[in-house]
Amino acid sequence: MGEVLQITFFTLGVALLGTLLILPPGIALGWWLARRDWPGKAVVETFVALPLVIPPVATGLILLKLFGRRGPFGYFLERTLGVEIVFTWKAVVLATAVMSFPLLVRTARVAFEEINPRFEEAACTLGAAPWDVFWTITLPLGTRGLLAGCVLAFARALGEFGATVMIAGMIPGQTITLALGIYQEVQLGRDTEALKLLAISVVLAFAAVWLSERLLRGRTK
Amino acid sequence: MTSADLTGVDGPGQTPPIRIRFRLDRGGFVLDLDLALAGRGVTALFGPSGAGKTTCLRAIAGLERVPGGFLEVNREVWQDDSRGIFRPTHRRALGYVFQEASLFPHLSVRKNLEYGRRRRAVAPPVDFDHLIDLVAVGPLLERRPETLSGGERQRVAIARALLAGPRLLLLDEPLASLDRARKDEILPFLERLHRELEIPVVYVSHAVDEVVRLADHLVLLAEGRVAASGPLTETLARLDLPEEFADEAGLVIEGTVGASDPTYGLVRLDFPGGSVQVVHSAEATGRRLRFQVKARDVSVALEKPRDTSILNLVPARVVAVAEAKGGAHVLVRLDAGGTPLVARITRLSRDRLKLAPGSEVWAQIKAVAVLA
Repeated sequence: MGEVLQITFFTLGVALLGTLLILPPGIALGWWLARRDWPGKAVVETFVALPLVIPPVATGLILLKLFGRRGPFGYFLERTLGVEIVFTWKAVVLATAVMSFPLLVRTARVAFEEINPRFEEAACTLGAAPWDVFWTITLPLGTRGLLAGCVLAFARALGEFGATVMIAGMIPGQTITLALGIYQEVQLGRDTEALKLLAISVVLAFAAVWLSERLLRGRTK
Repeated sequence: MTSADLTGVDGPGQTPPIRIRFRLDRGGFVLDLDLALAGRGVTALFGPSGAGKTTCLRAIAGLERVPGGFLEVNREVWQDDSRGIFRPTHRRALGYVFQEASLFPHLSVRKNLEYGRRRRAVAPPVDFDHLIDLVAVGPLLERRPETLSGGERQRVAIARALLAGPRLLLLDEPLASLDRARKDEILPFLERLHRELEIPVVYVSHAVDEVVRLADHLVLLAEGRVAASGPLTETLARLDLPEEFADEAGLVIEGTVGASDPTYGLVRLDFPGGSVQVVHSAEATGRRLRFQVKARDVSVALEKPRDTSILNLVPARVVAVAEAKGGAHVLVRLDAGGTPLVARITRLSRDRLKLAPGSEVWAQIKAVAVLA
């Protein structure tokens, strides 16, 4: 039971951290895509959506090549900060963050697009500078949509498997999440253990999706 | 290019308070404006949909940028692309009221009103309590915008714009989304503001009744160009108005209430050079009222008509005769003892009566509309 609890809290913690990490850039990019036209916008849109469409294992491989000891980012991080990513809990956070990012950006973008630009213009005419408008008008009016996006990103992070297994491996007590745990237990023929983890996954996913739906419905009311 | 000068109130030779030069050709939509607007009073930008009114207003606010434009307000250059100057909207001391309600839905009415007041250092042109009183939003302060009626929302929006301490107030068809009853609820507030405010107001509208009630100056826009502009009464009395305005040609005269005649439900209005009797409920003597005499409601006779049902007969002299564009009618400009009048009569009548500048006639005024 102790192992099950450890896996559950590890998964929740990693998913939470991953979601928090992508929150600022996700909101910024969502706003940028919703409110501004700039050259190369379509390219960035496509690039951000990539993890949604290519196999998660492929994304994991790309991350492995980038953050591995001999990869450009991995080498740099180890030399300058002494930080090792691959096959540690940090790799799990990285994988979930990258996989959840497109979902957050898309929901954030829709949330911002639904705000009538008239409100932002009105705030400008009342003397509010762009940052001020964002904090006092755009963000509060988009809150529900953004929260729903966070829950969605969080739920996606909870279930991440393919990219995680590539870049973090399955190291007991260090990188095993619920999804990885289920796979491992089944491989080892321990079905009862697998079913326990499965039950927890279902409950967490159910709670997250229910919360997200509730937030979204409240918004369109 | 039309250069319109509306600076009459400030006297000649002075720099006009607001100078605008916007030229734009956006795939068939052309805007070509060169305007000088008065430093106080209401200037109406009037014209049919698609004439460029809203674009002009948004460009003044800086919400839209007309490349190569020039805009100066109270000696502050807000835009001069030839010198690379473009002041962003939030640094322009203006107030803007949108056609649709633009109250922030997540803030109470009070927070909405305070939004601009807290962001600009400039003192508002009227103080908070007085303004709340003026637009009668006191009881609404703690409510949420979505619980307000359309009329209440626009009143709050107007108050919010004024509390930001604007030195120029821009109104983009603030009544267009309201029904008749709501309009009648707001117009009196706008009139009171008009009387009390010292700042210039640019009022975009395509509704004639609003314009003649509120405006002091009139800019007629058609297809992105200035068709006519000047003080309201003079502009509406012009004989060369484009077709779409010809029906509205006429005069707005400000008069003082003379004797009331409750028996017949009439009130006498005195104006320089004469007086008219109009159907109106009894009014306090001496109150100033605006009334409109449309050209199509004025006819002329060579001799004073006797035994006629028309109450208002005014001796006048013909100043000019112009063919109205489009055929059978002509517009005749009259001078009734100093007050201008315009009559719209058929070309046949003009030829029969041999009307020419200098002819002495009697103007018969069939209808007078009291505006405010």
